[in-house]
Amino acid sequence: MKKKLAVLGLTATMVMSLCAGCGGKETSGGKDASGDKGSVYYLNFKPEADAQWQELAKIYEEETGVEVTVVTAASGQYETTLKSEMGKSECPTMFQVNGPVGLASWKDYCADLSDTEVYKQLTSEDFALKDGDKVAGIGYVIESYGIICNKKLLTEAGYSMDDIKNFADLKHVSEDITARRDELGFDAFTSAGMDGSSDWRFKTHLANLPVYYEYQADGINNTKAIKGTYLDNYRQIWDLYINNSTTDPKQLSVKTGDDAVAEFVAEKAVFYQNGTWAYSDISSVGDENLGMLPIYIGVDGEENQGLCTGTENYWCVNNKASEADIKATEDFMAWLATDDTALKAICGSQGAMPSGADGMGFVTPFKKNLESDNLLVNIASQYVADGKTPVSWNFTTMPSETWKNEVGSALTVYASDQTDANWDLVKKAFVEGWATESQAAGN
Amino acid sequence: MEKAVKKYWPIFLVPTMAAFLIGFIIPFIEGIYLSFCKFTTIKDAKFVGIQNYIEAFKDSNFIGSFKFTTLFAIVSLVLINVLAFLIALALTQNIKGKNIFRTVFFMPNLIGGIVLGYVWQLIFDGIFVKFDTALKLNETLGFWGLVILVGWQQIGYMMIVYIAGLQAIPGDIQEAAMIDGANRMQRLFKITIPNMMPSITICTFLTITNSFKLFDQNLALTGGEPLHKTEMFALNIYNTFYGRVGAEGVGQAKAVVFFIIVVGIGLLQLKLTRDKEVQQ
Repeated sequence: MKKKLAVLGLTATMVMSLCAGCGGKETSGGKDASGDKGSVYYLNFKPEADAQWQELAKIYEEETGVEVTVVTAASGQYETTLKSEMGKSECPTMFQVNGPVGLASWKDYCADLSDTEVYKQLTSEDFALKDGDKVAGIGYVIESYGIICNKKLLTEAGYSMDDIKNFADLKHVSEDITARRDELGFDAFTSAGMDGSSDWRFKTHLANLPVYYEYQADGINNTKAIKGTYLDNYRQIWDLYINNSTTDPKQLSVKTGDDAVAEFVAEKAVFYQNGTWAYSDISSVGDENLGMLPIYIGVDGEENQGLCTGTENYWCVNNKASEADIKATEDFMAWLATDDTALKAICGSQGAMPSGADGMGFVTPFKKNLESDNLLVNIASQYVADGKTPVSWNFTTMPSETWKNEVGSALTVYASDQTDANWDLVKKAFVEGWATESQAAGN
Repeated sequence: MEKAVKKYWPIFLVPTMAAFLIGFIIPFIEGIYLSFCKFTTIKDAKFVGIQNYIEAFKDSNFIGSFKFTTLFAIVSLVLINVLAFLIALALTQNIKGKNIFRTVFFMPNLIGGIVLGYVWQLIFDGIFVKFDTALKLNETLGFWGLVILVGWQQIGYMMIVYIAGLQAIPGDIQEAAMIDGANRMQRLFKITIPNMMPSITICTFLTITNSFKLFDQNLALTGGEPLHKTEMFALNIYNTFYGRVGAEGVGQAKAVVFFIIVVGIGLLQLKLTRDKEVQQ
C-alpha cells in the first residue's frame, strides 16, 4: 500500500513539473507581486519606437510600482501577433487598431473609454474611434507622409522644390535626372522595394491617393465596392517610381525598406516616399537638406494638395482583462497623455528621452502636445498653414490585409514586366478584390 | 521483472500520456471543433456548422496550392530518395574520409528552415540578377528553388537512414550472390534494394509528409509569390487565417482538410511500401 502511494506521489510530481513547465510564465508575469495594482501589457505597433517604449515602461514602473510590459510586433506582423497574443491568458491589456476595419475585428475586445482621462485630453472628438456611442479607440499620433526629398541633390540637378507643383513637373524633373544619371551620380527615386519591410509604402500608402480622390469625387468616406476611377493615375505614379529609381524594376521584389533608407542617406537618390516617422532614420542627411513634397498623381487641381495626414494608430483597452488591469492601463494612458516626461519622450526627438536617447518625435492630438522638433512634422504643419488641403488617410477603410497583399503582389509582377495585361492584374486585385474582401469581411 | 512493470506502470505511462493528452489530443479535438466555428481568438468561438468548409473549397488558391504541393511532393520524393540512396551507396564503399563526408552531407539538416530560406533566397537572387529576373517573379524558378532548397536540407538526413539500412544487410547474402555469379547491378536490384525496404519505407514516408507540411522554407524563400503561384498548402492556411477579418474559422477548416489529406497519403504510402518489405 505504502509503495503504491509513493508511486502515485512520484507520478503526481512528474505531472506537476510538466504543468509547471508550461504555466510558469503566468506567475512570473507578476500579477501576484503587484497585487491590486494590476499590470499593463502593451502590444506596440511601431518597431521604430520600441526602445523608447521600453524606457517609458521602466520609468512608469519606477514611479508608480505598476508593472508595464511592452512587446513590439515585427513590421507588418501586428495583426498576426495580436491575434495570437489575445488568445493567451496573459493577454495584452492595451493594444491598437488601425481604424474602422481593424475595429471591426476587435470591437468585442474594446472597452468603452468615454469616461477616461485620456479621452478628455483629446483636442477633438475626431481623434477618437467610435463604435456607435462607445469610444473604442484613442488616436495618439498624427502622422503625415509624402515624398521626402534631398534639396541639396535637387539643386545639383538644377531644380528647386518650387519647380514641382504637380505630377507633370515631378515627372519632368525625375525623367530629366534619370536621363543625366551618369553625369549627376544619383537617381530620382530610391528603390520601391516590394519586400515585406517596404511594400506597405506602395500597396497601402500610395494606394491611398486613388482611393482618396475617388471618395472625394463620389462624396463618400467608405465603400463596399471601389470603382477604380483613378487607377490610371496610380499607374502613372508607380511607373514614375519604378522607372526612375536606383534599381532595375525587375529587382524590386528583393529590395527592403532598409535598402531605400540606405540609398537616401548615401545620397544616391533625391526622392524617398515615406512619412514623418522616418525622420530619425534619415536625419543624418541634415535638416537644411530635407524637404517634403505631396504625392502628386496627376489629378486636376492637385496644385493645392498637401501631404497625406491622419492616423492609423488608436489605443484600445482590452475589456477581457481583469478589472485591476483595465484600471492600471487607463492610468498608464492618462500618464502618457499628461506627464511631462512621457510627453517629452513621445513628442521630442533628439535627446528627448531621460536616458539621452532620441524621442519618438510624434505629434499627438492631446491638449498638452509639445512643439515638435521633428523637421518633417513641422514641414507638414507648414503645408496646412499655407492653406494646402491635407489628404486624409483612407487606407484605413481598405477591406483586409489580404486585399493589400494581393495589390502588392500584382504591383510586383507589373513592375517586372510593364504590360497592359499585367496592369489588369493590379486593376483586378484593386477593384474586384475590394468587392470580394469586403463581402468576406462583412459576413 | 514483469511484476515490477505491473506495479510501477503509472510512473512510466502517466506522465507521457498526460503530456500527449495536453499537448496533442485536447488541442486536436478543440481544433476540429473550431473548424465549425467563427472566432477571432479561440476563447470566443461561435458555432456556425459547415459554413467554413464551403468557404474553404470556394477558394481557388486553396485548390491551386494543393496542386502545387502535390507536384512538389512527387518531384522531391523521387529526387531526394534517389540522390540520398546513391550517396549512401557511395559512402558505404571504402573511400578515404567517408565519415567527414557523411557529416558534411548531414549538416544542412541542422539549420532551421527560415534561415535556410533566406540564405538560399540571397544565393538564388544573386545569380538571377545576372539574368534580369528574380525568384519571386517566376513560378518555375520558385518551384525549382524550393526543390533545391529542400533537397539540400533533407538528402543528408535520408542518407544517414539509408547508410544504417545498408550496413544492416548481412554480408553473407551478398557473398552468396557473388558466388552464384550475380553482377553488380543484379546484386543491387535483387539483394540490396529488397533488403533495404524498411529504410525506404521510412524515407519515403518522411519525404512525402515533409513535403506536404512544408512551411518555413516556403514562407522564407518565395512567400507564395508571384500571385500565390508558389504558395503551398500550409502557407495558404496561414495566409487564410491571418489575412482577413473573420476568416480564422475558414483557415481552421482548411487545416482539418489538410490533416486528413496528409494522413490519408501517409497511410496509403506505408501500405504500398510495407507490402514490399522482406523478412531477413
